[in-house]
Order: sequence, then C-alpha cells, then structure tokens
Amino acid sequence: MEKISVQQLNFFYGAKQALSDISLDIEDRKITALIGPSGCGKSTFLRCLNRMNDTIPGTRVTGQILLDGENIYAPDTDVIGLRSRVGMVFQRPNPFPQSIFDNVAFGPRVLHTHRENGLAPVVEASLQQVGLWDEVKDILRQDALRLSLGQQQRLCIARAIAVKPEVILMDEPCSALDPIATLEVEELMRILRANFCIVIVTHNMQQAARVSDRTGFFWLGKLVETDATETMFTRPSNKLTEDYITGRAG
Amino acid sequence: MPRKTFELELAQLETEMLTMAAQVENALTEAVDILERRDMDAARALIARDHDINAQRFAIEAQCLVVVATQQPMASDLRVVAAILFNVNELERIGDYAKGIAKINLLIGPGPLLKPLVDIPRMAELTRSMLHRAIDAFVRRDVALARVIPAEDDQVDALFEQVNHDLIQMIIADPSVTRQANLLTWAAHNLERAADRVTNLCERVIFTVTGELIELDTDEASPLE
Repeated sequence: MEKISVQQLNFFYGAKQALSDISLDIEDRKITALIGPSGCGKSTFLRCLNRMNDTIPGTRVTGQILLDGENIYAPDTDVIGLRSRVGMVFQRPNPFPQSIFDNVAFGPRVLHTHRENGLAPVVEASLQQVGLWDEVKDILRQDALRLSLGQQQRLCIARAIAVKPEVILMDEPCSALDPIATLEVEELMRILRANFCIVIVTHNMQQAARVSDRTGFFWLGKLVETDATETMFTRPSNKLTEDYITGRAG
Repeated sequence: MPRKTFELELAQLETEMLTMAAQVENALTEAVDILERRDMDAARALIARDHDINAQRFAIEAQCLVVVATQQPMASDLRVVAAILFNVNELERIGDYAKGIAKINLLIGPGPLLKPLVDIPRMAELTRSMLHRAIDAFVRRDVALARVIPAEDDQVDALFEQVNHDLIQMIIADPSVTRQANLLTWAAHNLERAADRVTNLCERVIFTVTGELIELDTDEASPLE
C-alpha cells in the first residue's frame, strides 16, 4: 500500500530544471532508499516530499505528490501540519542547544499536542523507540550537544518521532557518523520501519543495500529505475543503474 | 576507469579459474589415456596432481572472499565472483572424477584390459570438449553457446549406456570378468558425471550474464540417477 504517490513531478530552481517527470509510489512501513551521484536531484526530491523547498526563493513545482491520496501541493495545504506528518532528519545531527529533554519535547510543545506535565511520557517513549533511553535517562537535563555524534543523531530522530509523524525523511543521516554509530542508526531504521514510512537519501550504496526494502536510482534529475533493493543490487534492469552501482559511472 | 584495482582483481580471479580449468581438462583426457596405456606410474602422478587442483580451488575461493570483503562488488560484478566461486567447486569435482579413473586404473592393475576401449575414450573427448567450450562461453559471456552445450550431454549419456550394456554382456558371458567390468563401468560413470557438471557450468554463464538461475535440462538423466 503506497503512503506517498508522486506523479509527474517537475521541479525548477529558477530557470534550471532539477527534477524531470518523476513518478514514484512510496510504500508505507517500508524503507525506500534514493541513490545517485551528487547533484542528481535526490535530496531535492526528498525535500519536495514535505515542501521544504518552499523556503527557497524562485523554486517552482509541477505535478502532484499525494500523501494518503491528498495532494500536498494543493493551495489549501497546511504546510506546518504537513511537516508534522512528514518529519525530517538531516545530514549532520542538529540538536538544539538545549537539554536532551527539551530537544525531544520541542515539537509537542510547539504544536501544543501535549500539556507541559504530559511531556515526560512522550519524551521517554520517543527516546525508548530510538534506543537512547537507557543511555540518557539519568542525564535528561544535560546539554544535548555533550552527547556523542551518534547519540545526537538518534536524539534528532527521537525529536522527529515525538510529534508522531507518519513519514520520516532522512537526508544522508549517517554521513557524519562513525561506522558503529552508522550501524546503530541503520538498526534503528529497521525497528522504526514497523511504524513509519521511511525515505532515505544516501551516497553510501552499501547502506542502501543493507537497510532499504526498495531503491530508486536518480541520474541528472530523472528517476532511472526503481525496484526491490535485492533486485537493484544483484540484477538491475537498466544499464545506467548497473554502471552506477558497479562504480563505472557517476 | 574508476575501479582499476577492482577490475584487475576480477580479471586475475578469472585467469586463475581458467588455469585451473585447463588442468582439469588435461586430467580428464589424460586419465583415460593412462587407462588405455595401462600406465601405473602415470596414474599415481595424476592422483598426486589432484592435490594441486584442490589447492587452486581453495586459493581462488579465498581470493573471492577477499574481493567481496574489500571491494563490495555489486550486480554483474557480484555475479561474476559468485559464478567463479561456484565454478571452481564444479571444476574441483570434475578433477576428482579424473582422479577416480586413475585410481580405477591402479585397482585394475598392470594386466591387459578385457577389450580395447572405444566408447570410454569417446566419452572423455566429448566431455573435455564440452568443458572447454563451457569455460570459453564463460570467458566470452556467450549465453547462446552456454545454452547449446548441455544438449551434448545426451551423447555422453548414450555412450555410457552403451558401455554399461557391453560390459554387462561380457559379465553374463564370463562372470570371471565381473571385477574389471565393474571397475570400467565406474570409469565411464565418472565421465558421465563430469559431463553433468559441465551443464552446471553452462547454467552459471547464463546467471553471470542475465542474473537468472535456470536449469538447463538435458533430455535424459543418467540411468543411475
């Protein structure tokens, strides 16, 4: 069952077209990885999924992105509401310069989803889900920036899921992490898959192969091929995909 | 070429597999030649050389794992490495069949054979030729060639049946020849099995090129299967 259906999406930075005619169904409770060389449009595509590109002046979108059947680019879309349904985790861990507790409580506070005295269970549940609770339960008031990078990134994921999103977008979530922290985040993604639709952009093809259920390959603003991950990395249909994943193009 | 080191490592793996295949091919025809010549020393030497073939198989297998661990091959590259891993196992087994024929030679001993060998050398030549072309098909990634070779296994099977039939007739006529006739049947059976393994090598050519694992059936299975 698809959570997101992208239909004939085109995206422009001013006169420059960054995405051309992208159509892709993204399934719920699955991990979809987007791979491709730098500048191929995969991050731009990811940012279209929660309208993060709206903040960049001079950009333009045509086509449709349906979230549960509703076009997120419809004029009456509540963009703040959309971003609480479609959360995002960035390349570098970006905890706010606040305590661990306040980082996780940030979204529920801003969106007024919980009373102040109801925040603790949300914070605990979110930290439990990302496997960080046992590590930080005694230091919840400590500055989040004192955590290791891997812990910071899991904290950012906890912050994203605290507002109970339906979709989590991850833009190179492990590129700043060491190999062990990377594997921890990948394990976490597999656990979160049970409850969320996850889309990850990664330069690391082995990561895409390890963690995702489906993989899409972007090249020069086009979606060249999408298939089950195990098929993409053992026998892709398209020559360009083959050349890219075997390291002969890109 | 962005992956020059990797390309060289893959090419090296393939070359080593070819070297091993050439030795197995020689062992196969030599084993039957030695059987015909009743050469006990050559049989012992062939048995000893099988250790080299086995050692090559382990060395190639180890190198395949190094390539997987260090280069993380994907897609067609991964299939090449997987096929080489599989092929060296098959080649090693074909080498064992050749060694088996040499052992049969020693068991028969230096005395004369019941009759001049006709069909067994034909089986050996057919199997050698199939093996040679299967390896050639792999090197050239020639799916069409890989698809036609297994049909020739029927000829090997037919010759095996003929050998079997002839030797049974000889046993019926003179039960005192039973031991040698039985040993010669085993020699023919080894060749028949070797040809079956060539079919497996052909299947891996198709896998390497297309990613599809399909069975290339020959018309008839061995009567002993």
